[in-house]
Amino acid sequence: MKQREVRLAKAIKSRRLIRRKLKLKKELIRLKGVSKTYGDKTVLDDLDLTIHENEFVTLLGPSGCGKTTTLRMIAGFETPDQGSVWFDGKDITNLPPNQRQLNTVFQNYALFTHMNVADNIAFGLNIRKKEKSYIKDKVDYALKLVGLEGYGRRSVTNLSGGQQQRVAIARAIVNEPKVLLLDEPLAALDLKLRQDMQYELIRLKNELGITFIYVTHDQQEALTMSDTIVVMNQGYIQQMGSPEKIYNEPENAFVADFIGDSNLFPAVFLRDERIAIDGVEFACVDKGFGKNRPVDIVIRPEDVEITEPEKGTVTGVVTDLIFKGVHYEMCIDVNGREWVAHSTRPHAVDERVGITIDPFNIQVMNKPESEDEQAAELEA
Amino acid sequence: MNRTKHISRVLGLPYRLWAAVFIVVPLVMVIWYGLTDANGHATFANVAAIADPAHSKALLMSILLAAAATLVCLLLAYPLCMFLVETESHSNSFLTMLLIIPMWMNFLLRTYAWQSILEKTGILNTALTALGLHPLRLINTPGAIILGMVYNFLPFMVLPIYNSLEKIDPNVINAARDLGASSRQTFLKVTFPLSLPGVISGINLVFVPALTTFVITSLLGGGKILLIGNVIEQEFTLAYDWHLGSGLSLVLLIFIIISVVISTLTDKEEEA
Repeated sequence: MKQREVRLAKAIKSRRLIRRKLKLKKELIRLKGVSKTYGDKTVLDDLDLTIHENEFVTLLGPSGCGKTTTLRMIAGFETPDQGSVWFDGKDITNLPPNQRQLNTVFQNYALFTHMNVADNIAFGLNIRKKEKSYIKDKVDYALKLVGLEGYGRRSVTNLSGGQQQRVAIARAIVNEPKVLLLDEPLAALDLKLRQDMQYELIRLKNELGITFIYVTHDQQEALTMSDTIVVMNQGYIQQMGSPEKIYNEPENAFVADFIGDSNLFPAVFLRDERIAIDGVEFACVDKGFGKNRPVDIVIRPEDVEITEPEKGTVTGVVTDLIFKGVHYEMCIDVNGREWVAHSTRPHAVDERVGITIDPFNIQVMNKPESEDEQAAELEA
Repeated sequence: MNRTKHISRVLGLPYRLWAAVFIVVPLVMVIWYGLTDANGHATFANVAAIADPAHSKALLMSILLAAAATLVCLLLAYPLCMFLVETESHSNSFLTMLLIIPMWMNFLLRTYAWQSILEKTGILNTALTALGLHPLRLINTPGAIILGMVYNFLPFMVLPIYNSLEKIDPNVINAARDLGASSRQTFLKVTFPLSLPGVISGINLVFVPALTTFVITSLLGGGKILLIGNVIEQEFTLAYDWHLGSGLSLVLLIFIIISVVISTLTDKEEEA
């Protein structure tokens, strides 16, 4: 599974690099110092975020991290207590949602159940009093785009979840918004359909050439689709960057833990390119963390290399072996600390094995500084 | 399967008995009385008696007052329900309680209370006189009857509308705003159509009892304004003409059936 993801991410990366070279991105949306509290709960705390034109941005985080609130603020359903929201160089903080040039796809679809499919899609065009023939053409085009040709006269209540989601997407994009906001649009669909829709959304975005802002708590979904991932927790942005960067170089323990499986250990940064895990020295490639400083390190399970016991930097005993399809997952007890390894070659439980790590695959991170981050880490 | 069917049939028996004794039998009796004369001969005269100016005037007045009361109830209830649904606070249940508490008091008692408030020398006029203002003629007017109807039947309008508005997903409203609709357009094109089933059942629940009431008319209309309910009541209790009373009841029944059918049809159309 993981390897497939990595391969997919690589494919998307090359595509993305080409696109980056082709055009310089223009800033489209900016959130400046946005804060929001409900009662005594702070949902967003002094958040700054910039989103560029034609970008697929994913706000990723656990529930309650503030990602949906951020989206609703961009859509205009919420106003910040402090700070401002800018769109295309204009302050839209207090602009009502109907005057914003963006459209939303809601998690529960939010279709108008008293209208048929075509009327749902035509809603925005009817509001703007477009011509009948123009509306008909646009609706037909939108139906075709989402693969629902001939469904126009059906009642929306008789459609399946996936079909309703397509109607919701068609209803939004038919208005030619500059930005499409998607609030966990695939959360209610089953796995197979969800994966199909992920590819369709990428195709749709490339076809329309507009900005997508996508909210999800599913890290796999985020890695698959995004140009940029914004990892959020407890109202803060933990890290923002390309999927590769987020996956391979998480900036802190929360990001490392939230994005994919990982071996997340406390360690000591002895000196440049040298760390110690539980007293055992490992080579790494990071520099500039000081001398003999406590740090966190992350090693992805697929980067844990299993060898003969005598060839390993450390040795341990296999305590668990689970078949995961593409690979085996093994838990290895190394002097009381549990390491997780992914490998296509299984090792039996109670077998003694050695472990080596490529220096390049050890990611060193600063320990959390503030209490908030510490709390975040504890919760994670 | 058969067993459960058998059990449910046995358990349903009391209801069947109840329905037969208290609904079907009286209805058959009304129909029988309405379509026969004192000698037991079949006749259509009792039903045709609605054409009598005194009767048709009472029926027309009933329809007018019931429609007016229904409209007032709707205009009062809808904004109230929107407010209740939108504010979503703890005071909501308190407000709803305030609305429902009067229903726990006896219907007659409530109407008597209005009588003593509206009377010529009632509470309201005494207060007006004390303030040096001219007393008003309030009791025994169509207005007083409508007031009585609205006061007594308002909860039957509020509850179904509240339920239907509460069921609307806030994101559906957000979606309409998101697609460019102003708050007014959102209300006209989304909120109101989606609440229509509640509105229709509210209209039925208010219009039908308002159409048939005779207590409110007697107490707040002082016998000066006769509605069809009063005419029927008098045929039974004063004139002892059960045949004429039943005949007029049948006419009223037809009107009720028509209004219910119309509203159900509108509801179905909305759904389709």
